[in-house]
Amino acid sequence: MKITIKRYHPHFDPPSIDMEYEVPENMTLLEALHHIKQTKDRTLSFASMCRSGVCGSCAVKVNGKEQLACEYRAQDGDYIEPLSVVEVIRDLIVDFNASLDTLQRASAYPLQMHSGMSEDEERLVERQSDCILCHSCYSSCPVFETKSSFLGPFALTRAYRYVVDSREEEKRAHIDAVIENGIWDCTLCGNCTEVCPQGIDPKSDILMLQSMASRFGYVNPNLSGFGSFGLEF
Amino acid sequence: MFVDVVIIGSGIAGLSAALEAKVQGKSVVVVTKKYPIQAQSAMAQGGINASLDPKDSIQAHIEDTLRSSQGLADEEVVEYVCSQAPKAIEWLDSIGTPFSRQDNRVALRRLGGAKAPRACYAQDYTGLKILHTLFDNCIKEGVKFLSEKFLLNIIVEDNSAKGVTLLDLRSTKVEQLLATSIVLATGGFGKVYGAFSTNGFGSYGEGLAAAMRAGAKLSDLEFVQFHPTSLAKSAILISEAARGAGAKIVDSKGERFCDELATRDELSRAIWQKLQSGERVFLDMRELGEEFIEKELPQERKLAMIYEGVDPVKDLLPIRPAAHYTMGGIDVDLDGKTSIKALFACGECANAKLHGANRLGGNSLLEAVVLGRRTGGVAAAFENEVVQKEYERTKADQNFIKALFNLPNRIDFMERQEFLSKLLYNNVGIEREELAMKGVLSVIRQHQRELAFMGIRDKSPLYNTELVQFIEYGNILELTEAMVVAAIQRNESRGAHYRKDYPEQNDTYKAHSIVWKEDGVLCADFKGKR
Repeated sequence: MKITIKRYHPHFDPPSIDMEYEVPENMTLLEALHHIKQTKDRTLSFASMCRSGVCGSCAVKVNGKEQLACEYRAQDGDYIEPLSVVEVIRDLIVDFNASLDTLQRASAYPLQMHSGMSEDEERLVERQSDCILCHSCYSSCPVFETKSSFLGPFALTRAYRYVVDSREEEKRAHIDAVIENGIWDCTLCGNCTEVCPQGIDPKSDILMLQSMASRFGYVNPNLSGFGSFGLEF
Repeated sequence: MFVDVVIIGSGIAGLSAALEAKVQGKSVVVVTKKYPIQAQSAMAQGGINASLDPKDSIQAHIEDTLRSSQGLADEEVVEYVCSQAPKAIEWLDSIGTPFSRQDNRVALRRLGGAKAPRACYAQDYTGLKILHTLFDNCIKEGVKFLSEKFLLNIIVEDNSAKGVTLLDLRSTKVEQLLATSIVLATGGFGKVYGAFSTNGFGSYGEGLAAAMRAGAKLSDLEFVQFHPTSLAKSAILISEAARGAGAKIVDSKGERFCDELATRDELSRAIWQKLQSGERVFLDMRELGEEFIEKELPQERKLAMIYEGVDPVKDLLPIRPAAHYTMGGIDVDLDGKTSIKALFACGECANAKLHGANRLGGNSLLEAVVLGRRTGGVAAAFENEVVQKEYERTKADQNFIKALFNLPNRIDFMERQEFLSKLLYNNVGIEREELAMKGVLSVIRQHQRELAFMGIRDKSPLYNTELVQFIEYGNILELTEAMVVAAIQRNESRGAHYRKDYPEQNDTYKAHSIVWKEDGVLCADFKGKR
């Protein structure tokens, strides 16, 4: 069977071409990429590490949808390209430096914590803390097309994970950190939720952050326009 | 560039060291060849040991660890690590680690070789969740990360480390990074067994190889832990937690033939011998039930379905043992000090002698956290004179990288690497004997001589992954030579090192094997052999 890979090298002219490769059946996409590199084309560049879906290195787009190469079974005719939104360095290798910075900007880390939590409290952060930072959600997010300073889904999910952590005492400061370029900019399209290989639901986490922000007195700026009609709710 | 503490490796050991060094107000840089969270630590599933169960005790943890070590652990180190374990869990909890809970306390599960439930876990994502929690805290504390830089060498003058040389992957330029103290936390070298290893791509031991080239002593390299239950086709790990919960190991007839909670070395041998006799071996998780597997082992089920096409809820999982963890490493003391001044090591790349001849499940994450923090603290307090200049080592490495692009490439190194990994698995793996190992050693040395006829086809200076793989292959040849030499000179069976020609333990060898290089020549000996 054949798969097509979108190749990219900025020193070449043209920098980007599609290349078709014959690969054996019944392989994960990552196995197929390794097979190509070992036996057909040493210049093919991609990232991988654990091959078991926990290191977050190998996300790519297959037929337009984000997938972990190690968890996806390659199919005849698949079209493979690098993640979107992030800068492409070479072939399927992309830059994570700028995107990982969103974690700092969203204060997506513990601020003031104590130890100890109950079973039920742990369950509140269990799914969110399954995140492997593979960037599938980030790549799928349409907000970046118009607003590159958006914090994006994984940083917001991680911020939410710390807000609902019962050990965290500074909840307000977490909310303050995700207002600007954050929760109100999300269009709630749900792409992130659909592509997450870990079954995390950033859209719902962002909705929860929005409702918490309202409780802290923040107003959704997208709704404030109604006030101009002179209506009072 | 100059910093107080440079840490190479961004796994759990490296980040634990970084946080501790940062507490002391030092400038800390963590260097990684990928991105910070893309570390082998994320793959650890089973748990992290601490005697927290009311029926357990620190003493029992110490005894279990010592028993499993088969006389090769350092009692002082074992006592320190085991007694610090409850505090380490408390610390991890206080900085946000989402451990699974039971009765409103950190939940515990029983792993092989432990007398009590002792492994704290977070579903089967224990390593992932600890790693990411540490990463979040590093961001909070302002630890600086340098990503996509591959360690080439340690800059040493008069047996004192001054910094490291790094290959910048985006530009393929060699950079030097000078520091008052250098901490290696680069992980183990289990992936030298290639497709017969549970490890991720990258566990080729560049930290150990660089330390050895710099003149540091390495110890106990012959002790490689084979995990008994990896998926037969892909060597993907199925956690010990499955057996801890009652999964059975059975042969083709569906009959049990071993104690599922025996230590990993014993089980791996029992399974290996079955496989050698032409049988197939399976892990039977069916009795655990779908609800339990979904709650406690969700990752295992997903991976079994992807890689083996088998749902463990309904069917038997074909398994075989695979190289999993390297007990040996850069020889260090309790403070992580190597035999080179200002050079420290912690985590799997180091041998602090906590595990001895066989590591217990749940003790490696514990070592990474406890000794990682301790080493980070000692390294931060360390003082050393470092002249800021361009060192000879840096110039030599710059020339070395240039030269690699011009090698003739008449022999394909990837084919050689695959061939070597099979040889190692079959002859320096679960069962070993002298003649076969000597054969492997001569192959390794032949490959070393042929390196100059190998090379790379990809000539691009931009993110050249083939170049990195070729350098890794060079490290593999350097390290496996040392490992095989150490395995040949240990004429006994102990823990993970099983010799068919010397099947008994012989206490003449109750000593640590040591290897080092003098003027490029490999030397080997035992420390404290009778």
